Amino acid sequence: MLHEPAAPQGKDYGTAYKTKLGLWMFAIYAVIYIGFVTINLTNAKLMEKPVFLGMNLAVVYGFGLIILALVQALIYNALCTRKEKALKAADTASDTEVQA
Amino acid sequence: MSLLTTSLLAEVQPIAVGIFAGFVLFVLWLSFFLGKKAKSAAGYFAGGGNIHWAVNGISFAGDYLSAASFLGICGMLATKGYDGFLYSIGYLAGWIVALFIVAEPMKRLGKYTFTDALDAKFNSKGIKLAAAISTLAVSIFYLIPQMVGAGTLVEPLLGLSHATGVIMVGAIVIFIVATAGMASTTYVQFLKGALLIVFSTVLTCCLLSRGLTTEPNQGGQVEFHQHTTLVGTLQDDKLTLADKTYKDPQIVKIPGKTPGEIKMQFVKLTKSIPATPAIAAKGDTPATPAVKASTKETWWLLTKDDTKTGSVHLDETQWATTKADDSQWINGLPASEDNQLRQGSNLIKIQGKTGKAATVESMNPASFLAIMADEGTVVRTWPKQALDTEKLGLSEKAITIYYPKELPGNKIMRPGLKFKVEGTWLQKMDFASLMLALFFGTAALPHILIRYYTVPSQACARKSTIVAIAAIGFFYVLTMYMGLGAMVSGVVNPADGNMSAPLLAKSFGVALFAIVSAIAFATVLGTVSGLIVASSGAVAHDLMDRWAGMKMTEKQKVMAGKLSAVGVGIVAIVLGIMFQGMNVSFLVGWAFAVAASANLPAILMLLFWKRTTAKGIVASITVGIISAIGWILLSPDMFVRYGMAREEAIVPFSNPGIVSISLSFITLVVVSLMTQGDNVKLEAAKAKAAAE
Repeated sequence: MLHEPAAPQGKDYGTAYKTKLGLWMFAIYAVIYIGFVTINLTNAKLMEKPVFLGMNLAVVYGFGLIILALVQALIYNALCTRKEKALKAADTASDTEVQA
Repeated sequence: MSLLTTSLLAEVQPIAVGIFAGFVLFVLWLSFFLGKKAKSAAGYFAGGGNIHWAVNGISFAGDYLSAASFLGICGMLATKGYDGFLYSIGYLAGWIVALFIVAEPMKRLGKYTFTDALDAKFNSKGIKLAAAISTLAVSIFYLIPQMVGAGTLVEPLLGLSHATGVIMVGAIVIFIVATAGMASTTYVQFLKGALLIVFSTVLTCCLLSRGLTTEPNQGGQVEFHQHTTLVGTLQDDKLTLADKTYKDPQIVKIPGKTPGEIKMQFVKLTKSIPATPAIAAKGDTPATPAVKASTKETWWLLTKDDTKTGSVHLDETQWATTKADDSQWINGLPASEDNQLRQGSNLIKIQGKTGKAATVESMNPASFLAIMADEGTVVRTWPKQALDTEKLGLSEKAITIYYPKELPGNKIMRPGLKFKVEGTWLQKMDFASLMLALFFGTAALPHILIRYYTVPSQACARKSTIVAIAAIGFFYVLTMYMGLGAMVSGVVNPADGNMSAPLLAKSFGVALFAIVSAIAFATVLGTVSGLIVASSGAVAHDLMDRWAGMKMTEKQKVMAGKLSAVGVGIVAIVLGIMFQGMNVSFLVGWAFAVAASANLPAILMLLFWKRTTAKGIVASITVGIISAIGWILLSPDMFVRYGMAREEAIVPFSNPGIVSISLSFITLVVVSLMTQGDNVKLEAAKAKAAAE
């Protein structure tokens, strides 16, 4: 049986770039997540300190992790889409040149 | 399900049933309509592969936000404060792994299932079998709590028995999945995800506009119960009380962890109830019959105020008793619709103020959390303590006391009430292990991974993950408000924290409660259908087609998928009945740990380590499943369930992630290094095939 994806897909541009970018994004988030776990394990009292609009560090850090996930996701998508478009345009241009 | 919740739900049954029935009918119609699309294998297993990324994103949320997220997290926040929110953080952070590492390669490598992606490079029978078994194991672990949750919710909602409820949910889901597979499942999840987020927002807005008080009365529906305390003196274990209507004190000491330590003391007192004469009807006031003088047993929590003078005070408690004849009693009287555990948990100080001066008229999202985190804010919660009646020589079979515990805001609003982050190194390890499993679990859940095959391209897979992160992240922020809102609104059922969010909705009126209950139920339908699609894919596609090599036409493949869905559905129904009463979030934790241990090392190493071999993947999946499940079965939490002491457990803490994920990684590396010859042969065969 031919074992291809369920829907026919076009060419995937910039796979290597996206993989590398994804790993960097993951690493940044992982470090900040580990920071949250580490503060809780080493100095839990620090989490009680009010830091923003009267909210304590635990709340701000927790909400921050959720917001950061979304912000990083949007940046990742914007960079990936830009790269894909650029490579696709270059690809189309070279195809046209070949045909010409 | 407690009597309290049962009767509350019974009150609103017609509206809730109407909303729920409307939802189910719409979904069934949709399944029937979409059934036409599911004639091909791609249509059945992957919704045709052309679902819009935005719809897919919200469906991710519908799939992911299971009963454990909605009921479990809010319940834990309502009883244990911030520690419940740790689950929200971990569950959401897991999507980062899914987006940045797993989404696009999964889409690029696979066809219908996660096994396809793992096996894309090797075409190994071993991987197909191991990955299919792992998919089934994780899906079934995840299915059990969903089905148990369905039974628990349907019992009071429709007045059916637990078993009938589970069978009904099973039958609806089997119909949804067997008619239109992934297409109908996607739309069920889309609807449910959207409804859940919209109504959670409504509930949060209602909460913030109501403000805070130390005497919450559920919007005037329930009179605030004034807490009673007694004062007295304790000398050489002899208690003397100022109030002489209470007699025959019997002190029960609850031992602590270390020998000789006393954790807390309860006092059983007999209260004399004087006779009252009959009163004749007068105007609108009905007649009241005469009541004979009687006595009633009561339980109190004893606190020493001054050790020198021996002065003490006693706080009222609530208690549930199972008598020798198995009859259930609540607070000293037979349990009935009129005599149930009282809902509780309320603020007793707001930023150091008490009474009317403490009232906060309305709040914004930041000020509510700031007030809650204030050192001067104090909440009275109602934890429970079971008494060892046999050891204490009491005639009752079982007594559970729900006692008042005052917690300051600064402690509630940071980790520590449930997870002992300041405890021993083993307790810290348990916490780190949980956070690790949550982080890595999401990207390894088969029913989440299959959703990547429903969209047309890698870019769509990426975009739908972003929509999912936005929707799920927003919902998780709301869990903080709903959970803490329940904690301060006097709505928490002491016996069952899981119903906190629906009960908070109840305090804003019956209609909102009916809608939220119906959505909680729909939540179960959405998640269960996703799990059944994942399991049917594992059986029909991975095992029958790819592993056993059964030659099937497209039509036969769809039929095999549908039959597998029916089979898995029946297994889910049986397990849902067998596991009645088991804690829902506990089992979801298992599923995450098993998924993270069995699947994630294999996915990550396949993508990022070129020397990974087929045998390495098979060994890693096998070791991951066995070590995670084995650790859980031998853990302190399970020993308590076996009726033994925590200290007797063979492994030192309950969350397996840190050990089982590491073991699975090490196994993959060691076995892959030992079997490098296989990869050389594979490359040679590929080169030969390419040359030909």
